[in-house]
Amino acid sequence: MDAEKILKDVNEIFIDVLDNEDIVLTRESSAKDIEEWDSLNHIQLVVAIEKHFKQRFTSLEIQNWKNVGEMCDAIAAKQNQ
Amino acid sequence: MRTFSELKKILKKDFSLIEQKKVAILGDTSTQLLYQAIRATGYDKGYNLEVFEADFNQIDRQIFDPSSEFYEFNPEFVIIFQSSHKLLYSYNKMNLNQSYSLADERIEKIKEFIHVLQVNLKAKIIYYNYPEIDDAIFGNYANNTTLSFLYQIRKLNFELMNLTTSQRNFYICDLSTIQNQLGKSVMFDTSVYINTEMVLSLDALPVIASRTIDLVAALSGKFKKCLILDLDNTTWGGIIGDDGIENIQIGSLGIGKAFSEFQYWAKKLKQRGVILAVCSKNTESVAKEPFEKHPDMVLRLDDIAVFVANWENKADNIRHIQQILNIGFDSMVFLDDNPFERNLVREQIKDITVPELPEDPADYLEYLYTLNLFETISFSELDAERTKQYQVEAQRVDLQKKITNEDDFLKTLSMTSLVESFTKFNIPRVAQLSQRSNQFNLRTVRYTEADIELLAQSGKYYTFTFTLDDKFGENGLVCVIILAKLDEMNLFIDTWFMSCRVLKRGMEGFVLNTIVEFAQLNKFKNIIGEYIPTPKNEMVKDHFKNLGFQEISGKWQLELSEYQYKNVYITKK
Repeated sequence: MDAEKILKDVNEIFIDVLDNEDIVLTRESSAKDIEEWDSLNHIQLVVAIEKHFKQRFTSLEIQNWKNVGEMCDAIAAKQNQ
Repeated sequence: MRTFSELKKILKKDFSLIEQKKVAILGDTSTQLLYQAIRATGYDKGYNLEVFEADFNQIDRQIFDPSSEFYEFNPEFVIIFQSSHKLLYSYNKMNLNQSYSLADERIEKIKEFIHVLQVNLKAKIIYYNYPEIDDAIFGNYANNTTLSFLYQIRKLNFELMNLTTSQRNFYICDLSTIQNQLGKSVMFDTSVYINTEMVLSLDALPVIASRTIDLVAALSGKFKKCLILDLDNTTWGGIIGDDGIENIQIGSLGIGKAFSEFQYWAKKLKQRGVILAVCSKNTESVAKEPFEKHPDMVLRLDDIAVFVANWENKADNIRHIQQILNIGFDSMVFLDDNPFERNLVREQIKDITVPELPEDPADYLEYLYTLNLFETISFSELDAERTKQYQVEAQRVDLQKKITNEDDFLKTLSMTSLVESFTKFNIPRVAQLSQRSNQFNLRTVRYTEADIELLAQSGKYYTFTFTLDDKFGENGLVCVIILAKLDEMNLFIDTWFMSCRVLKRGMEGFVLNTIVEFAQLNKFKNIIGEYIPTPKNEMVKDHFKNLGFQEISGKWQLELSEYQYKNVYITKK
């Protein structure tokens, strides 16, 4: 799966979990840019992403992502393993 | 069961018109998502739960401070959720040789909570018990020593059960059972725990919320009172009318075991005070026979408060049962293996609960266990006698029924039928049905596959097969007709058998229309039918009469010139 497709899927997951149709993610998007993206929703996003991509992330990975780009890179890296 | 993200979307709906209840959640871990799950699940069950959620780890402060926001809120229900993880944390801090007192200390604390709450509030207390954690310090030896965490957590759950008998308004919501059903790896998600202070996984939340609301509903007077059972392939394996009493599956062998255990389940419910009723498409005497004579039957006629077996619409029959019992549809559960009947009942009776039974009867019980259908908040000896009262009532009430507008229902089904002569593809199924059909079978002439092939080639016979599909799915080949040419004028119905699954859908009319159309096209003048009685085919005794045939010396005749096509809602494919 290429980076563009991963970002698109992640975007859809954000729309679904945060229940906001207007979210348009870029690699630079971070919790500051999206109002609903708080710590409680963060874990729901992670669980939804894990289910969608059939991956598991370590607790450390989850805490360290600074923006959507790092999230997508982690997904891509796991897929290539 | 809805997923957590589906529940979250419910939170945006309008709650203002439904019944309000005040619920407080006090937890020693983060309960924000639990709160969301409970409020949304409440909406599904018809409650607008106004929820007070204390900041976590404030259980003591909220309960012991009479001026806390919690008392100001004045809840009707107080949910206390002290987690196994926090209990383990307390255990970890103890010196190992002191840890034998962990459960006792916790019980004392809970008693204090209950006491203070009851002094200050009229609320009902719902206490979450403790899903087990084995910290593997002692291995199996944990069972031998009071110092192990496993010993203490099990003791605590046991003592909590005892506590319910001495404390008023104190109820356990059984998280330990939920963990047994889901498995610990589903119940608990380490990354959720590390990142949010929540000890429940997102997948466990809907289940826990549902169990909690079950208790809230039961405490508010809403619970299930009646279990209505279908018979064939629900209460026993096989079809009594076709297979006969000696061939239905029940007892200790193979799949029979699943049905026997299912019956024990129903019997236990009856002893608990749940009313049992039967709603079956069968001839009554045939349906009752196993209850009276089969040695392996667990359920007997005196276990059943209302026994309805006929060929009417099941929704009408359930309305009839409801009138006799005089209880709300929302307190009734209907179990049937047939998806068509389930959908029909669901569509016509809004409030009844109709579980989507698994396809494999071996899975029935495990599935039913997870639904927690029969929540209750009390049990007394009197409950067990309830069935008797209703049996008497059932005898009194006349079999006067409110017939639903059947046509309207049939129209919505979008039924289609494929009509074909015998082919090498359908002959095996035709032969099978010919051997098995006992009830809807006018002459009960049995044909083997070889017979059928001969007959198809003879030139004197005309053959028809019918399938029936509808918007809920396919029934496959359900009806077979063999017509014999007597002479230029007269056509004889040598064979007419049909699967009982498709009764009451206008199939008979559709089949006759098809036969008549064929006969007219081929310049016949009359169609002649015959009913040969057997011990099992009483249901079609008046079949030809009902379709407008005239009786002439023991046979039935239809004059084609006078035939008016039946109004049906099945279209030919």
